[in-house]
Amino acid sequence: MARTNSLRRGPVAARRVRRLPVVDAFLWLVRIAAIALLLIGAVSSISSARLSGQQWRDLVVFGIAQGSVYALVALGYTMVYGVLRFINFAHGEVFMIGAMTGYFVTDGLARTALWDAAPILALLITLICCMTVSALVALLLERVAYRPLRGAPRLIPFITAIGASFFLQYTMASLFGTSVKAYPEVDILSGTFDVLGFRILRVHLLVIVAALSIMAGLYLYVERTRAGKAMRAVAEDPEIARLMGVDVDRTIARVFGVGGAMAGAGGLLFGLVFQNVHFLSGFLPGIKAFTAAVLGGIGNIPGAAVGGLTLGMVESMGPSLVLVGLGIPAAHQLKDVVAFLTLVMVLIFRPTGILGERVREDRA
Amino acid sequence: MSTRRKQFTACLVGVLALIGAACAPEEEKGAGFTPGPLGAVTVDTGAPIKIGLLQAISGDTASLGTDQVRAVEIAIEDKGGNLLEHPIRTQVEDDLCKAEGGTTAGQKFAADPQIVAVIGSSCSGAAVPAMEILSGKGILMISGSNTSPILTSDLRGKKGTANQKGYLRTAHNDIIQGQAAANFAFQKLGAKKAATIHDGDPYTEGLANAFGNSFKELGGTVTLATAISKGDTDMRPVLTEVVASKPDIVFFPIFQPEADFIVKQAKGFPLLADTKKLFGADGLLSNTFIVIGQTEGMYFSGPATPTGATYTDFVGKYEKKFSEKPIQAFHAHSYDAANMVFAAIEKVAVKENGKIHIDRQKLMDAVYQTKDYQGLTGTLSCDEFGDCANPKIDIVQNTAAQKTIDQVRGNVLFTFEPPAR
Amino acid sequence: MTTVVEAPAAAVGSRVVMIGLVGGAVAVFVSANGMVEAFSERELLDGLTLGAVLLLSIPLLVGYVAGRRQPELEGFATRPPGWRNPATGLLAGFISGVTIGAFVLLIATVDLRGVLLNVTPELVRDDPRILTFGLEPGAGAGLLVGLFAVLGGLAGAIQVLPDLWRRAVLAAVGWVLAFGLMQAVVSQVLRGLQQQLRIWTEPLADFLYDTSGALSIAGITVVAVLGFCLQLLGSRKPRALVNARLERLTDRSRRIVRVAVLAAALLLLGLLPQVLGSFLSEVLNIAGIFLLMALGLNIVVGFAGLLDLGYVAFFAVGAYTTALLTSPQSSLGVGWIFWLAVPFVVLAAAVAGLLVGTPVLRMRGDYLAIVTLGFGEIARLLFLSDWLKPTFGGAQGIIQVGDITVGPVGVRTPQAFFYVIFVFVLLAAYATYALQDSRIGRAWMAMREDESVAEAMGVDIVTAKLSAFIVGAVLAGFGGALFATKIGSVFPHSFNVIVSITVLVVIIVGGMASVPGVVLGTMVLVGLPELLREFEEYRFLIYGALLIFMMLRRPEGFIPSKRRAEELHEEEIAQDEWLKTQDTGSRPEPGSRPEPGSRPEPS
Repeated sequence: MARTNSLRRGPVAARRVRRLPVVDAFLWLVRIAAIALLLIGAVSSISSARLSGQQWRDLVVFGIAQGSVYALVALGYTMVYGVLRFINFAHGEVFMIGAMTGYFVTDGLARTALWDAAPILALLITLICCMTVSALVALLLERVAYRPLRGAPRLIPFITAIGASFFLQYTMASLFGTSVKAYPEVDILSGTFDVLGFRILRVHLLVIVAALSIMAGLYLYVERTRAGKAMRAVAEDPEIARLMGVDVDRTIARVFGVGGAMAGAGGLLFGLVFQNVHFLSGFLPGIKAFTAAVLGGIGNIPGAAVGGLTLGMVESMGPSLVLVGLGIPAAHQLKDVVAFLTLVMVLIFRPTGILGERVREDRA
Repeated sequence: MSTRRKQFTACLVGVLALIGAACAPEEEKGAGFTPGPLGAVTVDTGAPIKIGLLQAISGDTASLGTDQVRAVEIAIEDKGGNLLEHPIRTQVEDDLCKAEGGTTAGQKFAADPQIVAVIGSSCSGAAVPAMEILSGKGILMISGSNTSPILTSDLRGKKGTANQKGYLRTAHNDIIQGQAAANFAFQKLGAKKAATIHDGDPYTEGLANAFGNSFKELGGTVTLATAISKGDTDMRPVLTEVVASKPDIVFFPIFQPEADFIVKQAKGFPLLADTKKLFGADGLLSNTFIVIGQTEGMYFSGPATPTGATYTDFVGKYEKKFSEKPIQAFHAHSYDAANMVFAAIEKVAVKENGKIHIDRQKLMDAVYQTKDYQGLTGTLSCDEFGDCANPKIDIVQNTAAQKTIDQVRGNVLFTFEPPAR
Repeated sequence: MTTVVEAPAAAVGSRVVMIGLVGGAVAVFVSANGMVEAFSERELLDGLTLGAVLLLSIPLLVGYVAGRRQPELEGFATRPPGWRNPATGLLAGFISGVTIGAFVLLIATVDLRGVLLNVTPELVRDDPRILTFGLEPGAGAGLLVGLFAVLGGLAGAIQVLPDLWRRAVLAAVGWVLAFGLMQAVVSQVLRGLQQQLRIWTEPLADFLYDTSGALSIAGITVVAVLGFCLQLLGSRKPRALVNARLERLTDRSRRIVRVAVLAAALLLLGLLPQVLGSFLSEVLNIAGIFLLMALGLNIVVGFAGLLDLGYVAFFAVGAYTTALLTSPQSSLGVGWIFWLAVPFVVLAAAVAGLLVGTPVLRMRGDYLAIVTLGFGEIARLLFLSDWLKPTFGGAQGIIQVGDITVGPVGVRTPQAFFYVIFVFVLLAAYATYALQDSRIGRAWMAMREDESVAEAMGVDIVTAKLSAFIVGAVLAGFGGALFATKIGSVFPHSFNVIVSITVLVVIIVGGMASVPGVVLGTMVLVGLPELLREFEEYRFLIYGALLIFMMLRRPEGFIPSKRRAEELHEEEIAQDEWLKTQDTGSRPEPGSRPEPGSRPEPS
């Protein structure tokens, strides 16, 4: 997904809007204020010794675990964006449907002997179910709602995606009820490990390992296989890719399918960590995952990992480290404020994200 | 073109005439009976007496309102469906558990001159605007589940900021539940340091604050008063802060699913591994919450579950009619509210050849004068600000012996009754 | 492009099967998600509940679409009307019927309640057996198959009629449904007319509706005939006639006509709340506040093309500013009158618009959307937070917001409030029209079409973007101010992302950049749900489906702005060209397919 044309600019900004000194000054002020507040908060928080070193380390682990889930979901956004320059707003719902599938499958399996006899096998079966269902939903979404709009002005598929997001949420709510679905306990996943002074819950370790291996697999898939090559070709230029004999429709569908499967896996991991899912479970994580994708540099697979982990850390450490240090009461209530402000800040500071390369910008 | 112009002129004149007619004064006055300052409801021969039910019947809080709607239906059945030889008919409007819902539904009731009284709302936020609208129309409003102090008074003689004439309630005032929980924690458990967590809901925030204030008055310290947001899942960071403040007890009067995350994730913290440090409120007294393993040992505060034969009888009717046990904590309060309204109507209604007249002012006065009324929730007496509850708060514990929510409710460790007002 | 070749039978057949299966899937969906059951509480037409109407409208739609004369395949000739239309309709209806019939048998034998919560025993197993109209499952499934096939065939048969008559039939059906659904409004209007004007209209309501509120047989007949006739008579394009007449007038008399029409319209509107009574006026007021916001968002999204998903932030700023300044209970405690607070609302909203607008100046499209969504959440969380509780009251909000006063009189009733909202809406509509043709308006539209080109042509992008944000924010701020004083209290929970989405849906469904479209969108999407509380549970399901449908079929909205529609169609034409380069023959083409009955002729 390298740059082709130097006249075309990055996805977000980096466009040379005629600058007003006032606006620039304001933005600089925002940057300076942000850094100053961050430093003041962090210093006063750490120096107060309110939390022990162990507790800070715990927060890091919580952040990584949460971030791994974000990273998995962010992959779907990043892949679709990389290829179509389109934010699949409904991706969070694909993730939620994965988690919901996980609930129904584990709930069913928990009543069989398999659950106790071979828990790992049971979890694998669940994983396959979640990935399949989510991939199917993503494919259906692409076929029904997005494919007919390819080539339409950009906002139109995005608004469709918002509609799809609501439709899927309330479809799940009306079919399966609005109540919270509780996952069964998985015995092999309870308990903790000690790694280098970090106390890690087993379930967190599973999430981190699973996320890393899935992402590595995906990276290889995109970089090394024929299908991956086709995806990169379509991302570069669909028309030339077609001339070169790439089936564009199928490639795009595959992108949605793979992204959906990742979201399904993410959904199951979410369910295993939090042991709960309900019909709105995908909305906020979806937006957060998108934030993570932007943070890491959208269209970039390692970027999704970095962005996810960063966002997870920001959410877990931010309130304790900065807000409490600034003397703000009930700091954890403002966790999402911190997350969204981080997004805004990143887009002001470094519009291409942490690992961002500039992606071809089509004015479609 | 002059014909055109004439036509338009004619139209204009016509419309003006219509408006003139619209502004013409109204006539018609009842004979024989002179209504008081707030007006009166006249129920024609054979016509129903209409009672409005302003309850949350959709969304997350649907069970809260549905439970109370059912209770009122039972109250009506117990009356044989009739009052003074007129059928009782209810009209249910959704308060959406929000101020907007309270406004719209309130306007709907206010628009219907036949509404005698409104039983509701389910949520305090909806009560604020609804009360203003209904009070302005002189319509009696009596709630079975509003608990916010601003709706009535702070129980020390200071009128609540939202209070209006004609609003009463049979549910307890939050301040009492706060006192009850604080008393239990401080005196019975010997806790000196407490942390509170709310979720930004007006109810939970109010209750957490009421607890904190009472706890401080008793001599304890609130080491951390923090909050989460609805929809949060990862509670470990906030629990890290809670643990760092080293409380003896954590009071979190919030709802599911956030509370599920708190208790499940609390397991990972040595300080909170002792579930006897966890203290929830009535929002969590549900079957789906107490089945969670980590709630074993937890304390809950909530309005005292009624006892006695009348209540068993009521539950029997409820189960028979709706094929499940009462689903929330405030059905009995609404049942009492409905019966208080019926009693007041019977007291003030004036019969006139088949019709009845119910004077709104007299109806209100009659309910305010309720004293030592024997209801399901105990003996009710209304104060001048509309608090009628017999505010007994139970603190219960979920132990290994309790399997169902009824058993948990029955495992009362402490009952709090405020000193007589 | 049209060659006289008939579509291959296999292609037509698979299309019909597809339509039938989709219809069946929809029928199963609305049965399984509880819509049919929830709606069957209400009797709509004599003996038919809303749920039954919902279910039975599926074969009608399926048959109508399947029986359509225009072949979906591009380049094939239109078949002349004949037996094939009802036959394909019947076949499609039959397939849908088989699908739902199979579902009935399934839920009669297997208890799915554990998973599908809304598949209650009342659907098929126990009385009243809603899905099978009271019959045993076996017989009921058979009945459904038959009924679906017959209705599908009937609907297909409509396609045989000449255009004029077909539209009249559709109008009759539409009128009956509208009168059935709007029972509360129609009765109230008839009652209100009688009370206000001493016209003898109330008995008409008793004639149209029976005691349960359903449209009676007599009512159905009258309304259907009325709708049918009006469509027949009205299809002579009265608008064109009137315009032609107006053309012939002199300038002066044309002006007089305009003023007179305007005056009459204003007078009617002035009379409206009195006739509607307090509850319907309240509904109008809610719609009016949303309309105000929608007009504001219309400027941001419709004119300037900046997709703002955090619009609720400005609404909240307006509401909280009003509450702070007018409530004696607020932290400021000044308790000003409403009008004194209005300038501060403008100021606060404008500042908020700048604060949100500046950081996002260099973002475009979807990035902007996500960032503004974030800003919306930030605003809500800050108003809710314990941190700012001393100022904004936290979760307990601010109560006792002051009433609007006109001179010494307080505006308290919904009827009186209607006038205040109406004035604000008029102002907003006027501002919209004025801005549309102003210099800045043209700059916005140039920017919407192509930012880079606009900039190259000398449009000041920074000013254009910021001014769009500020104007939009101020209008939303007015909405918030009116909301706060109408409710009398402000709670942070009223300002969630759902508000932003609702306003967005309103302008998109109504017609972006088109004032009449926005008005219609608000009435249908905000006003109607307040009246049809049955839909409350399914509101967002329907919104979502509507958004997708509109974007796929009619991205310009119900009443499109002319300019915007042209732009979109330009795109579609380009898209068509692009599509033709691919050999995907079965794709429906939004641009070139004339859709009878739903797409108005461009005038």
